[in-house]
Amino acid sequence: MGSFVSSVPDLMEWGLRGSAPPPRRAWRLRLVAISGFLALWSLVSGVVVVLHLFNPIFLPGPWLVIGKVLELGVKGQLWAHVAATMQRVAVGFATGALAAVVLGILAGHVRVIRNLVEPIVELLRPIPPLAMLPLFIVWIGIGEASKVGFITYATFFPMFLTTVHGVRQIDPLLVRAAQSLGATPSQLFVRVILPAALPEILTGLRLGVALSFFVIVISEFIGAEHGLGYLINDGRNFFLVPQMLGAAIVLGLLGYAGNALVRLFERRLLRWQSR
Amino acid sequence: MTTRIHVQRVSKAFGADGRSAPVLVDVDLEVPEHELLCILGPSGCGKSTLLNIIAGFIAPTSGRVLVDGAPVTGPGAERGVVFQEYVLFPWLTVAGNVEFGLVLKGTPAAERRRITTRYLELVGLAAHAEKFPVQLSGGMKQRVAIARALANEPAIVLMDEPFGALDAQTRETLQDELSRIQRLEHKTILFVTHSIREAVYLADRVLVMTSAPGRIKRVFDIKLPEVRDRFAREFTDYESEITRVVKEEVAKVHE
Repeated sequence: MGSFVSSVPDLMEWGLRGSAPPPRRAWRLRLVAISGFLALWSLVSGVVVVLHLFNPIFLPGPWLVIGKVLELGVKGQLWAHVAATMQRVAVGFATGALAAVVLGILAGHVRVIRNLVEPIVELLRPIPPLAMLPLFIVWIGIGEASKVGFITYATFFPMFLTTVHGVRQIDPLLVRAAQSLGATPSQLFVRVILPAALPEILTGLRLGVALSFFVIVISEFIGAEHGLGYLINDGRNFFLVPQMLGAAIVLGLLGYAGNALVRLFERRLLRWQSR
Repeated sequence: MTTRIHVQRVSKAFGADGRSAPVLVDVDLEVPEHELLCILGPSGCGKSTLLNIIAGFIAPTSGRVLVDGAPVTGPGAERGVVFQEYVLFPWLTVAGNVEFGLVLKGTPAAERRRITTRYLELVGLAAHAEKFPVQLSGGMKQRVAIARALANEPAIVLMDEPFGALDAQTRETLQDELSRIQRLEHKTILFVTHSIREAVYLADRVLVMTSAPGRIKRVFDIKLPEVRDRFAREFTDYESEITRVVKEEVAKVHE
């Protein structure tokens, strides 16, 4: 993964900026860094085995972990877990994004709606989403609905707020220019408000993707039979540390890919921003 | 000649009660078809406010504006606007900006392309049709904004200090271009500026406003040939005469 995400602010930062597309030399440096890390990891786990510092089951070497991932992949179990996690993330994130963007544009554009929606959002937003997870389970049960719904809930706030901000920072002269060219309210919406707010909306979506992976793991700890979060929790129950680390690495790779996908969209849609 | 714009006893005051800060007082004005009228005045005299009222961006406190006999109630395609700050749609190419109004009207693609090409050629930007605004200089951006306003074929064009943000060199070049375009297109243009030279160079009539609250102080008919020489005796005569009148107002501001 491009960076170590240890706290929510770090995660936000990562979601906001992503990793810059590196030139060739940076790639070489990265390869060196990753090999160095793997070497250090191998060394430490080797020392543990040789010197009998503690039970080596707690810190398997990287090759054991990668071997475990490959084994799960070849046997086919891995794909069911990846599919379960990805499906939850996709549905939960997409629902959250749709709700946040539609409501965000309306709230940004229409003052009455903004005055109605914003106090509620401001009230709920400071509550860490994870604090609401048990409530979701009590309300909706431990099935798919609560996991998907929880992602929707958690990702809604940052995406809603960036969308509102994106609409509100639009240069009012752009609106005047369009009106003087004959734009009707609906044309104004589609041809000016939406494209002008798009950069901020996409930033919000990137935040949402990062948050989705952040919260899915925890909701898969509870009452799941599939998913990478389940795989980690299952590994904990049976001291299968390679499985735990392997699932975490796969999650990291998926999160990285999700971020890269949104960035690809951004580069496509925001071609006009760069020279 | 038919009258295109009729400004009837327009007053405007800002402030909570709508009268505390008068900006315009009893402005009466008629602009005939094909005329280029320049509005001059010290800063804060309400010349941009007058333009914004005619554009329909803000409503007058009293009085009304008629365009081709119909009262102005909001912005509309028959009144094209060119702003000082360029205001191009940054996500559209140069061609996309110029054809924006035509797309809104539902003009067929082939005709759109024909009109867009014509106006891009008119402002000398045909080679830059596929560029984005971020890639253009200030002068080029303002050429695009002018082409965009003209391509929409408005009855009148309102220009709010359109060359105010440009350097002196570019500014004169664009004045030359606007003068050339006007000789070809014969639009009805209301042009706000604080440059006396610019006004004498471009206008059929120059309207000088008083300092705030703005009223019409004097109107000058500029009886100069269509193609003007900034160094001709008659030109500089107008310039110094108008300068004298404007200075009276500027002096009032500083009293």
